[in-house]
Amino acid sequence: MSRIGVFICHCGENIGRTVDCVRVAHNLENVPGVVHSIDYKYMCSDPGQALIKQAIRELQLDGVVVGACSPHMHEKTFRKAAAAAGLNPYLCEMANLREHCSWIHEDRERATDKAIGLARFMVEKIKYNRPLATIRIPVERRALVIGGGIAGIQAALDIADGGREVILVEKEPSIGGHMSQLSETFPTLDCSQCILTPRMVEVAQHPNIQLLAYSEVESVEGYIGNFQVKIRRKARSVDEIKCNGCGECQKNCPNQKIPGEFDRGLGMRTAIYVPFPQAVPNIPVIDRAKCAFYRGKAKGVKKAVCGKCAEVCGPKAIDFDQQDSFVTEEVGAIVVATGYQLYSIGKAQESETLRGYGEYGYGAIPDVIDGLQFERLASASGPTGGKILRPSDGKEPKTIVFLQCIGSRDRAKGIEYCSKICCMYVAKHAILYHHKVDHGRAIVFYLDIRAGGKGYDEFVRRAIEESHALYLRGRVSRLFRNGDTICVHGVDTLSGEPVAIDADMVVLATAMRAQPDIASLAQKLSISYDRHGFLNEAHPKLRPVETNTAGVYLAGACQSPRDIPDSVAMASAAAAKVLGLFSNELLEREPLIARVDQLACTGCFHCERVCPYGAIERKQLKDGKGRVIKIVAEVNQGVCQGCGTCQATCPSKSVELEGFTDEQVYAAVNAL
Amino acid sequence: MNTSAPSPASAGDIHSFPPAKSLLSKIRNAIGLDPVLCYQCGKCSAGCPMASEMDLKTHEIIRLLQLDLGERLLSSDSIWLCLTCETCTTRCPMEFDPAAAIDALREIALREYPDRVPRSISAFHSAFLDQIRMHGRVFEFGLVAFYKLRSGALFGDVESVPGMLARGKLGLKPKRIQGIQEVRRIFSQCATEKPR
Amino acid sequence: MRLGYFPGCSLHGTAREYEESLKAVAAALHIELEEIRDWACCGATSAHATSRTLGVALPARTLMQAEKQNLDRIFAPCAACYNRLASAQHALAHDATMASQIRSILDYSPKTSVSIINIAQLLSAQAGEIQKNSKAPLNGLKIACYYGCLLVRPPEVCKFDDPEAPNSLDHIVSATGAAPVAWDMALECCGGGFSLSRTASVVRLSRAILKSARSAGAHALAVACPMCHSNLDFRQQAINKRNRDGEAMPILFLSQLVGLSLGLDPIQLGLHRHFVSPQPLLDRIGMGKLQPERREQV
Repeated sequence: MSRIGVFICHCGENIGRTVDCVRVAHNLENVPGVVHSIDYKYMCSDPGQALIKQAIRELQLDGVVVGACSPHMHEKTFRKAAAAAGLNPYLCEMANLREHCSWIHEDRERATDKAIGLARFMVEKIKYNRPLATIRIPVERRALVIGGGIAGIQAALDIADGGREVILVEKEPSIGGHMSQLSETFPTLDCSQCILTPRMVEVAQHPNIQLLAYSEVESVEGYIGNFQVKIRRKARSVDEIKCNGCGECQKNCPNQKIPGEFDRGLGMRTAIYVPFPQAVPNIPVIDRAKCAFYRGKAKGVKKAVCGKCAEVCGPKAIDFDQQDSFVTEEVGAIVVATGYQLYSIGKAQESETLRGYGEYGYGAIPDVIDGLQFERLASASGPTGGKILRPSDGKEPKTIVFLQCIGSRDRAKGIEYCSKICCMYVAKHAILYHHKVDHGRAIVFYLDIRAGGKGYDEFVRRAIEESHALYLRGRVSRLFRNGDTICVHGVDTLSGEPVAIDADMVVLATAMRAQPDIASLAQKLSISYDRHGFLNEAHPKLRPVETNTAGVYLAGACQSPRDIPDSVAMASAAAAKVLGLFSNELLEREPLIARVDQLACTGCFHCERVCPYGAIERKQLKDGKGRVIKIVAEVNQGVCQGCGTCQATCPSKSVELEGFTDEQVYAAVNAL
Repeated sequence: MNTSAPSPASAGDIHSFPPAKSLLSKIRNAIGLDPVLCYQCGKCSAGCPMASEMDLKTHEIIRLLQLDLGERLLSSDSIWLCLTCETCTTRCPMEFDPAAAIDALREIALREYPDRVPRSISAFHSAFLDQIRMHGRVFEFGLVAFYKLRSGALFGDVESVPGMLARGKLGLKPKRIQGIQEVRRIFSQCATEKPR
Repeated sequence: MRLGYFPGCSLHGTAREYEESLKAVAAALHIELEEIRDWACCGATSAHATSRTLGVALPARTLMQAEKQNLDRIFAPCAACYNRLASAQHALAHDATMASQIRSILDYSPKTSVSIINIAQLLSAQAGEIQKNSKAPLNGLKIACYYGCLLVRPPEVCKFDDPEAPNSLDHIVSATGAAPVAWDMALECCGGGFSLSRTASVVRLSRAILKSARSAGAHALAVACPMCHSNLDFRQQAINKRNRDGEAMPILFLSQLVGLSLGLDPIQLGLHRHFVSPQPLLDRIGMGKLQPERREQV
């Protein structure tokens, strides 16, 4: 006969208001097997826990049922208390009398009856609980960081400084991400490259960081502590070891007129190129779609059409025959820091749910540019050397109109979220413009100013008060070409006045969007994303850098629109999580996972097909002479998440989920 | 929540909230969209061809609707200045339909404040609909004549009549369609749907 | 090709040249237009501005007439009529309360499957034929294509061209050999139904459109709506008299331009009926003199 203790918590008024806790405790006294049943105001408090511990010790309880809140909240608390009193923690269970009962009912009598039912349910279940032991699995103490923007750089450096090896994978030829394209940063106006490039160099020099630029994650196998990651190293057409970064190839490339991605099409690059002078690694890449050599080859021309770069290369590093190669790395944790893309102002949108802005000319008017293009114009290393000049005719614009919320907070265009950074970067643009163009007039159309952050609102006020930017509240209806100016039709909703402004340039504060290929990466990592493509955190408040796949963490704008300070903070948080994981050689996890009865298993492998985590492995059972008798399913203890799908599917009833065995569930249900 | 208790806010000229009138729910039912959608970006007013002539701009009309300040809305000229060019509806970022809301407001205003409709505009609509009621189609010479009588603008455009005639653009004899009774039935049925 | 045809009131009055040119072009392109029997007015702005039900019921009657005549496609050349027919159909399909109201008024429930076609849809589908049969291509003419409001807005009703950057008219004009100009006022309202009741508004709005077309280098405007035509052509006299904006700008119906390129007689196309004479345009493409204005029997 069992010796079960029942502990009913009032949770202050949370449960006590609706459920008669005294009656529940009295009722449970009479259940066979229950030897002790009490109620108490706050069971999770120290005195509450002491009541449980005392009862376990004095009454030799072999099971504890706590009727309180959701096990999400305090299961750990009570199991630890039980363990402290010498009871196996998995012999302690919670009945949820708050979320499942008091919070959702009004009738006190009936709610109390239900609470009694919930408690009895757990009492019957716990009679079949077995003592379980924590599972320990080995951890490969190296990390993979995907994405070499500021978030990825920060995470990699923090983990590396913590003494662990890091593999940093970046799909572009250089690390640096969007931050390397920015001119100055809000709200302090320090030069973006000046604060970023030291970090980039640090990555290159760090003994614990292995940088794989121009590379992408091909596949991910395994589980927390034990991932195998296959990485595609895209062919640069340049031997990274031989190249000394002298730059002769770029100087001599005959194709000098390719709109450069780094300058957002405002500047030109060559077919063999390094995206920007401070690139890390400083190794060029050949753009095969634009290179004469490859174009000639594709057309079937036998003789090499061009080979200028190879001719002038001292160390003979040009390798036209280079192919993509693959490396596989074993890591224990993965930080995803893949960043964002900018909303495209062109007509073509890659998703069917998105619409372009025909009313703003779909970005076809040359002096209508996006925010990142303005950054390139304002950047000292940009195509104009930091002068604000119009793309159409190179003249200095005397009036610039900035439009906020382009591709954000706009349900009709398919994006209703706030992009968070645009209010701040527009204020920065207005200030920079005021610094650079003496009598320049900045006019900003905004909807609301969202400047929550240290020094942020002050920064916006500075744009208005010191840089004399005129802020008009409203959305612009349409842009009209008017000779070589752009007529902006808007309204100031605060005064109700329609306004028409002749602008020399219009800057669209385009929104941050999720990366276009996020779905395939998320699939490889078994992590989820929202309908806009931003990766989902495990809990929006309490687990903001974790994902629902153990061992995979998030940093930066891949999770939602974020500015630099937020991205860096998140990266450091993810790094702390990784270092925490790596602080032990063995990883502990709850034993509530599936277990296969290998004698009963018929080897049909239905479980393998339905398992969402790939946790089912095949194991050969052999006889004494080493002959294979049969092949059966085995559960990988590191991968199994305890969802129970295999148990529900198994035709021979040979899989059981620990803590939720058929025996336990039937007993519990029969109690109702 | 019970709001029937008198509150100090109702003293003086300040509107007390929530207002007792229920114009908002009428509009919501008529157009199947909730004006609460509007976040006052003003893109509607910014693109409105008549904005410069309106005392209430489109976004202000929607705002007054959100506040359910019916009298101010229904007695305003502005709702009658809408050309139904649908620019606002096409560009509304919240997929609201200001043009439909204004049509619905006009329909109510016509019943509740018929004498506040600008004379020239009500004269035109009446003359136009009279033509359809009489002939089933609009007979333009008759439209102009009826409009002039109703609006009192007797001499405007008179000089253009010879030009119109010379170009064969003005017929002098109206033709009535055979199904005129059917058309009249439509008119009377649509009229009976209106209260009073 | 057999099409139901809904001319609307204007095409039998002030915009008769639109119908004349359409019929000539339809004959040349072997399109059979079968007029909807005993159609009634669509109600235009006056109906929907005063009663939503009336604004749906009048076009719904026309849809009913077309169905009784077994027409599965209705061609409505007037942009305003097109818009009212399409809007009524949209309301019948998406608003169940309205649909049942109309059912009780008409004692009939119109199907919502009849397709309603505007002139841009009809002629852009014929662009190849127009080009192939072109006898007098309009090379050298620069045309500002004016879409106005009712062809493309609201997009969920019209849904055939981009509501902010449409190109169907430009496509047709290109097929005639003329060059569509790039300009930004193609979608701005001309003042619509305020021609009589608020003439000053019409003058203000139409003037801006004419100025923009002129500065884009257009020789003429192509329109698809009798109301727009009247505002831009008839009211242009007043605009030009009060302002010195430049040369008068001929306003042609799209079908007239197509007719010219097909080599049809300008008089047959009704070109002599405009207030702003298109003679300079005809001179430019080497066509003869329009006959002096004639008084006609109606």
